[in-house]
Amino acid sequence: MFEALSSKLNGVFDRLRRRGALSESDVQEALREVRVALLEADVALPVVRDLVARVRERAVGQEVIRSVSPAQQVIKIVNDCLVEALGGGEGDDGKRGLDLAAAAPVPLLMVGLQGSGKTTTSGKIALRLKGRDKKKVLLASLDVQRPAAQLQLQQLAERAGVASLPIIPGQTPLEIAARAMDLGRRELYDVVILDTAGRLAIDEALMAEVAAVKAATNPHETLLVVDAMTGQDAVNTARAFQERVGVTGIVMTRVDGDARGGAALSMRAVTGAPIKLLGAGEKLDALEDFHPDRIAGRILGMGDIVSLVERAAETIDRDEAEKMAARMQKGQFNLEDYASQLKQIGKMGSLSGILGMLPGVGKMKAQLEDANLDTTILKRQAAIIGSMTPKERRTPDIIKASRKRRIAAGSGTTVQEVNRLLKQFDDMSAMMKRMSKLGQKGLMRGGLGALLPGSGGRRPF
Amino acid sequence: MRPQDDAGALREAEARQQTAQREAEAREAAAAPPPGHAVELRPPSEPVAIPPAQASGGAPLPGAVAPRPAAPAAEPVPAAPAAEPVLIAPAAEPATAAPGGWFSRLKSGLARSTARLTEGVTTLFRKRRLDEAALEELEEMLITADLGVAASARIVEGFRRSRFGKEVTDEEVKAALAEEIAAILAPVAHEMEVDPRRAPHVVLVVGVNGTGKTTTIAKLGRIYRELGLTCGFVAGDTFRAAAVEQLQIWGERTGCQVHAPAKPGADAAGLAFDALRAAKEAGTQVLLVDTAGRLHNKAALMEELRKIIRVLKRQDETAPHSVLLVLDATTGQNALQQVKVFKEMVAVTGLAVTKLDGSAKGGVVVALAQEFGLPVHMVGVGETAQDLRPFTARDFARGLVGLD
Repeated sequence: MFEALSSKLNGVFDRLRRRGALSESDVQEALREVRVALLEADVALPVVRDLVARVRERAVGQEVIRSVSPAQQVIKIVNDCLVEALGGGEGDDGKRGLDLAAAAPVPLLMVGLQGSGKTTTSGKIALRLKGRDKKKVLLASLDVQRPAAQLQLQQLAERAGVASLPIIPGQTPLEIAARAMDLGRRELYDVVILDTAGRLAIDEALMAEVAAVKAATNPHETLLVVDAMTGQDAVNTARAFQERVGVTGIVMTRVDGDARGGAALSMRAVTGAPIKLLGAGEKLDALEDFHPDRIAGRILGMGDIVSLVERAAETIDRDEAEKMAARMQKGQFNLEDYASQLKQIGKMGSLSGILGMLPGVGKMKAQLEDANLDTTILKRQAAIIGSMTPKERRTPDIIKASRKRRIAAGSGTTVQEVNRLLKQFDDMSAMMKRMSKLGQKGLMRGGLGALLPGSGGRRPF
Repeated sequence: MRPQDDAGALREAEARQQTAQREAEAREAAAAPPPGHAVELRPPSEPVAIPPAQASGGAPLPGAVAPRPAAPAAEPVPAAPAAEPVLIAPAAEPATAAPGGWFSRLKSGLARSTARLTEGVTTLFRKRRLDEAALEELEEMLITADLGVAASARIVEGFRRSRFGKEVTDEEVKAALAEEIAAILAPVAHEMEVDPRRAPHVVLVVGVNGTGKTTTIAKLGRIYRELGLTCGFVAGDTFRAAAVEQLQIWGERTGCQVHAPAKPGADAAGLAFDALRAAKEAGTQVLLVDTAGRLHNKAALMEELRKIIRVLKRQDETAPHSVLLVLDATTGQNALQQVKVFKEMVAVTGLAVTKLDGSAKGGVVVALAQEFGLPVHMVGVGETAQDLRPFTARDFARGLVGLD
């Protein structure tokens, strides 16, 4: 979600980088761009002002203008401010996730606007508490507004494999809450998750109702669930819930979308409550911990490039890489080379993880994820090649039916998979031959299209 | 939505008998255009078919009744002569006809939401020179209403040209601001036209998760039923838990036939195909197709949506006749991305903006109008069916800046 903001700030700082030295007006312009980028990322105006003021103050204090690499320094200051605004930096106690340190059953109250994702998040939290924390969880829906809302939570509970409070039609939210806590005590549940109906922050009656539920159940955590797509209104919503109900933590949902997620900054600033969890998908296990430093790093699109380079340097053998490049150019690429390439990629971790570290790959990353980028394919292919004799690897043409059967049996795969690998390798060497024929100029002229045979089949990467 | 609707439905049935005369009028109005030529059914001078907002049906919770603006005891609408070639605009109640009607509801909804904006403008422009600093503050206030940086800058630019350096009062600024915004919105304020002769007119309802697709369908269903049309729902959200049941309950409440999947997780496209065939056979006039919420950046899910359309086209080349994108008013600048992608992928024909009764201002609509020019068909300003209203530029803009 933060990729778009990243690219904006990258744009600003690219310009700064090119200039080398900064003038006072440069800084001013950079800050203006930072401001616009943050606003377009839906960070609320008061928060933006505050953030920009802090950046300016520090930038001036550190005499950015005379420093050796001013752009880097500005980036670092912005990064620090973002981390702090998101709850990291100094004073960060490193505590993440839910606080369950209370007498069982621990009540958790979920609140938020309509359609923010409270019910789904309740199911996700239940699954996580049950699986990771080995808790006995009871889910109870207090939503008597929306048709079938209680049924929805019940079905989610079944999917997560946790208990849900039996539905009794006609009960008020307060009655349901009391019944849930009662059942929680009698049947020794560790955690009772109370999922409430969505409500507008300005709906007095419903806000009073949720306040009453809170007073009656005294929840250990009151989680405000907010959509990452929320705009400037995040401030109003957060403030209203904070004032009327009191919020101990924030859950941001739909961070798997492409919203820039500035609401995270706004709400953290308004409530002071930490962002505890992120909902990142429709499946029940798509719940992540929130890390301010990582998110800030992604906003800036800087942080992780360092670790990418580090990791690449650690794993890739430079000499071998050069040797392979030379062979590719001569069109001598064989299955052995392919296998060693696969191994190196595998050492670096998941492909989408690697790509995620590159600044500005946001969109591409989403496409690659959709293409079912799966490193297990790479492992399987390595196994297939491993089951071949050296002769077969050098001259794959000799591999016919009976050899294929042997290779498949040896690698624990099927003949189809062996065929697929060979076909792919064929395409690949055809492409490389074409590449060496085209040469550098040809590549520029014809573009990549000239290289692709036909419409191109599916490839693992 | 609250159970209040149900009372409205009862009320409607009762009142329908009393209004035979009106029915005749409506028939006349509908029949007036040359046959074969589609026209919009403009309601007569009377308020139409809207169940009173304060039905006695009961509040959601004892002691927790949300106060709603009183609506006049509106007489329900005549059953429109369904067989005749008319285009029906949903909830076509003229704003002026009903004091305490939709406009005042929109206003009261927006008044709450724009209190801060208005306050800001008021304190800012009481006898003040419109200088650079004032313009900047004005721009920031527009940004706070989610208009976005670019749209806000454009609007303020207009101000700079015409009024820079003049002494202005807050009223003048507000009026001018509203005018400016209304001018941007006017070209996109179109009601969704539904042609019952198509039998069925297929409306595909799409959007990201949690924007209010199912609720909007329920409201539309009620409106079309009140206009006397036969209407069916397709419970195409086969993914989310209990989404089908949610729509089934709405079907019972509104009297719309619900086409539900045989089992959870069934293929939505297959369901839509069967539903369209069944609707054709039954002569259903409007078919509202619900879909699972999906984030626009999930290519596989967007492809699934295209499949629904492909499959619908196999039976009716012109279907879906409307593709309605439901947008949550709390959404910020990401709405631009949403509209862009949905428009590219499924050829959205119009927008519905929901949850405008909250503190969110929905200002992104202005940016959307400038960027895409897609019609904004309706706005949701409350939880009951009569709170789904046609979008009118002037009222929206004036409501937004807090003018009466």
